[in-house]
Amino acid sequence: MKFLLSMHMNPAVWESLTEDERNEIMGGHSTFMETVTASGEMIMTQGLADPSQSAVVRVRGGRPVVTDGPYLEAKEYLGGFYLIDCESRERAIELAAVIPDAGVEGMGIEVRPVMFSAGRLDV
Amino acid sequence: MTAVEHATEDLLRELAPQVLGVLVRRHGRFEECEDAVQEAVLAAAVQWPAGGVPDNPRGWLVTIASRRLVDQVRSDTARRAREIRVVARETEAEVPDADDTLALLFLCCHSSLTPASQTALTLRAVGGLTTAEIARAFLVPEATMAARVSRAKQRIRAAGSRFAMPAPEEWPERLDVVLHVLYLIFNEGYTATSGGDLHRADLSREAVRLTRMVHRRLPEDGEVAGLLALMLLTDARRAARVTSSGDLVPLADQDRALWDGDLIAEGVALVTEAMGPGSMGMGVDSRVDLVTGAMVRPPLGPYRLQAAIAATHASAERAEDTDWRQVHVLYRILERVAPNPMVTLNRAIALAEIEGPEAGLGLLATLDGDDRMAGHHRLHAVRAQLLEKTGDLASAREHYGKAARGTASLAERRYLESRARRLRASGDPFA
Repeated sequence: MKFLLSMHMNPAVWESLTEDERNEIMGGHSTFMETVTASGEMIMTQGLADPSQSAVVRVRGGRPVVTDGPYLEAKEYLGGFYLIDCESRERAIELAAVIPDAGVEGMGIEVRPVMFSAGRLDV
Repeated sequence: MTAVEHATEDLLRELAPQVLGVLVRRHGRFEECEDAVQEAVLAAAVQWPAGGVPDNPRGWLVTIASRRLVDQVRSDTARRAREIRVVARETEAEVPDADDTLALLFLCCHSSLTPASQTALTLRAVGGLTTAEIARAFLVPEATMAARVSRAKQRIRAAGSRFAMPAPEEWPERLDVVLHVLYLIFNEGYTATSGGDLHRADLSREAVRLTRMVHRRLPEDGEVAGLLALMLLTDARRAARVTSSGDLVPLADQDRALWDGDLIAEGVALVTEAMGPGSMGMGVDSRVDLVTGAMVRPPLGPYRLQAAIAATHASAERAEDTDWRQVHVLYRILERVAPNPMVTLNRAIALAEIEGPEAGLGLLATLDGDDRMAGHHRLHAVRAQLLEKTGDLASAREHYGKAARGTASLAERRYLESRARRLRASGDPFA
């Protein structure tokens, strides 16, 4: 079963972390990636740029209207995700708990099943 | 691909597990043997169509694969000691290999592996598929599948698993795992409704091919025959199961003219035989016979019973001709043999057909306290269907909606949403 583990980022929380704490989180991601790659559960991962770089596009009356910034005005935003293929929902939750962000107060990982896939996967 | 190439490929896929079996039996070292066999098979696929198939194709493959194995071991000087053993064992007398393919299947379905690893390894080592083909079939990148296969091989080595037939007392449990893996492979292909359809249908064919192979080797085993029958009877409905636009068609609404009559005939014959001598005369009195068969020849396993249910559906010319009493009795027996809330759920559908939707809803109510079913979309879907029959359209629509949100299948969601929409369109005041 494929799951999207999305990392919800809170810039205020991130800013408040010490350099060491941030390094520890980054290191934790490397370990996590090695683990799920070796087990054959990793499909891919992407980290996203700051939401200030986002643009929202809406087509109204046949014309695109573009606004800068994220779609949702919220404290948290999508920072990145892991796409994994694992045995069960229980396993996906177990893996999410190992992602270092899950252990940071004010941040969390959303585990959501994938319903449809298309496109080249061997990137 | 030319006809010669096709014939070569079929032959190679039949021989590959046998050759791997011979090598692993002689040398152990599953991982290295597997690589060597893949190379030998590749060499044959290139050489045979042009130069002709050798007189003893299996012997040819064993020789080439053994050579590759020795080369591989030799290339690593630190393994010199092992090389001597490899060469020494090569001179051992040939042992008949009737059970090699089965032993290999048991090894790939070792209990130390997860089901995902068991299926991947089985498809590669026994099915002779390449890692890229398996990855495509499961819609994951090749690197993901390669890691899975390699992890599985390491686990087998770490568990100290031997290439041998399991001891008699282990046999039922081990065969159970093998059948489950074959069942998973089949379902993976059958339930595909989007994306790489074509490849995933191949997965069902591969599962049928492997199950046929096991059945040829264990013709007396009723559960193996039952699983094969179940696959054939399910596969027979493939063309009727989805519309050209990809929408699911429930059993009752399927165009039965699209069902594959040959597959049904074969499946019905298999399950009739597997159910026991009392059920040999499938025909007018099939109902009594299948049930009698189920009673007189214990122990009956879940695959035979599910196949018998599928055979009952397949034998009805129109949906309204379905022998629901027989379906209901078979589910009752299945409930005893393999208790599972999903079976009770299916029995509720049969019960509703016999005694009315209220009776079915009553049986569903017994599942509400079951943790394994809590919030399961199938429970909502069946409840919705029965509520619709009682005329309680508002509740039916609510449950169709819950079921649609609960499923992880896009095709199922579309189907359930359309049922909910249709109720709204039917002029229900609460719509």
